[in-house]
Amino acid sequence: MYVAVKGGEAAIANAHRLLADRRRGDRSLPAITIDQIVAQLALAVDRVMAEASLYDRELAALAIAQARGDMIEAIFILRAYRTTLPRLGTSEPLDTAAMQIERRISATYKDLPGGQLLGPTFDYTHRLLDPALLADAPVDEPLRRAADTGPVTRVSEILREEGLIEPDGELPPDHVTADLTREPLDFPMTRDLRLQALARGDEGFLLALGYSTQRGYGRTHPFAGEIRIGEVEVELDVPELGFAVSLGRIQVTECQMVNQFHGSAKAPPQFTRGYGLVFGQSERKAMAVALVDRALRAEELGEDIVAPAQDEEFVISHSDNVQATGFVEHLKLPHYVDFQAELDLVRRMRREFEEARRASINPEAPREAAE
Amino acid sequence: MIPDVSQDNGLATYNFAYLDEQTKRMIRRAILKAIAIPGYQVPFASREMPMPYGWGTGGVQVTAAILGPDDVLKVIDQGADDTTNAVSIRAFFQKVANVAVTTRTVDATIIQTRHRIPEEKLSAGQVLVYQVPIPEPLRFLEPRETETRKMHALEEYGLMHVKLYEDIARNGHIATTYAYPVKVHRRYVMDPSPTPKFDNPKMHMSPALQLFGAGREKRIYAVPPFTDVVSLDFEDHPFAIQHFDKPCALCGADHVYLDEVILDDKGGRMFVCSDTDYCEDRRAHGHAGEMLAKEAAE
Repeated sequence: MYVAVKGGEAAIANAHRLLADRRRGDRSLPAITIDQIVAQLALAVDRVMAEASLYDRELAALAIAQARGDMIEAIFILRAYRTTLPRLGTSEPLDTAAMQIERRISATYKDLPGGQLLGPTFDYTHRLLDPALLADAPVDEPLRRAADTGPVTRVSEILREEGLIEPDGELPPDHVTADLTREPLDFPMTRDLRLQALARGDEGFLLALGYSTQRGYGRTHPFAGEIRIGEVEVELDVPELGFAVSLGRIQVTECQMVNQFHGSAKAPPQFTRGYGLVFGQSERKAMAVALVDRALRAEELGEDIVAPAQDEEFVISHSDNVQATGFVEHLKLPHYVDFQAELDLVRRMRREFEEARRASINPEAPREAAE
Repeated sequence: MIPDVSQDNGLATYNFAYLDEQTKRMIRRAILKAIAIPGYQVPFASREMPMPYGWGTGGVQVTAAILGPDDVLKVIDQGADDTTNAVSIRAFFQKVANVAVTTRTVDATIIQTRHRIPEEKLSAGQVLVYQVPIPEPLRFLEPRETETRKMHALEEYGLMHVKLYEDIARNGHIATTYAYPVKVHRRYVMDPSPTPKFDNPKMHMSPALQLFGAGREKRIYAVPPFTDVVSLDFEDHPFAIQHFDKPCALCGADHVYLDEVILDDKGGRMFVCSDTDYCEDRRAHGHAGEMLAKEAAE
């Protein structure tokens, strides 16, 4: 009977077999294909790519299927693969001004060079369940226009020309781009490292923190200066060639927040920035990152640190959902050795408590051993 | 199931012991530094592992970095070889490194553990790898890493003694029963991982190398062989380990750590060795506890 409390190999094997069965579900239905997930659950795929920090739609879709649609589990599976890949080099900085734009909006200007382009957005849909989807009704082809090939000026550049917004910020010329997957984190962080951590941070956690800044916990007066989604070229500088070669294109979402201005007797007032860049189409995440990035610049900008979203060690230490889910869920693992130690102490202390109580009621009575 | 990683389908392949060689080298450098500064927490670029954080990713990375094809691996959780997570980690290394595994403490060259130190005295040449959830002994007194690193640098451990003193003032006892802080080589205060304080004395002057890996917190630390490891205490409240009233019900062992097993819903319970290998070995050598003797008589 004693053996029953132990886990054992057979139990694990059987559990995994049952998991595989539940993942597949009703065998009379066709299995969902990776292509279908890539095409029809594209935003789920984008989130997995972003938070796993690996741009590969097929592998992300595979992870989603394997994880039965559990996003954090899918992110975890993809990360555990990513971490084994060799690091070949560091790309050139992305030129988002040269983005092939699919969506671009600004909340700070009614119209601007390049125009407002809504693109594929949920923004003005009415959230009514659509029974037409059940019948797989035919879907119209989208309208197309001739592609703009020229670069589209970023809103931050328009403000920059007048000196109304702070510059992008400079890093020392010998600065090597940080890589949080290759170096242990150290606080305080440089902004490049912090943005990296935010880019792979949990969407829900960053959303809540960004929201908290809007509700007064570290207020930053944000305006969505610009959000753009589209494809950008990734280039790698090859030392043997002496020039950068293109590795391909990736889709990204960029958000530039225009925030609270700053100034002093020496410097004229200027708006400040918060920045978010995320793989794929993920506007909510990019905006949340931009809000939290700006909040985390409190120290750099000489603001009082009074709210959670401004506290770098708090935000970055807890933004990674793979770490968070692991540590929360590890409470499921056996802890009976430690619990035994606590039981022993509590029992001993209760015994002493009882003895002391009896002694105080009847000081003459001989001390009995506790039960 | 762990997917078969040996097949090369062009999509995903993995190296010996899962980690790539560059990563192993980085971890070995951290381990060497940790051995050179006993008890000091060395930051390292912890990787995502194919098991969750909190499941022993730090220990697994340390083991993966030091594991060679000739090693014999033992994995225990709560002292037992057959707890689910121990089974899973052992299977992982069998799969990705194809190493020999054992449940016998004496036969193992590397023992990865969660929450226990084996009862059998370890010997020179063995490595004990601990899985560590929170490597910082001062974390629950000071949540900020920037502060605790300073406290270690300045050997500023007054806060810990105040905490232990407050325990005594409030409860009459030091209320820490596991993860009981130790001082290593008269310098760094170290978290022994959540082992019961019963196991603390085994760390002192152990002939085996003790390595500690915390994956999520990205820290590695070490106690080299034959190093001073002292549990913190006061002269008038000296450190003491747990004592059990009864010996193991199966093998009759005394002075070992016991698990309490609930037998029925009427308060029936038995106490048995938490170290399953030790218990089985004793029974094989003819020792019998109360429960075993009773069963034999029936």
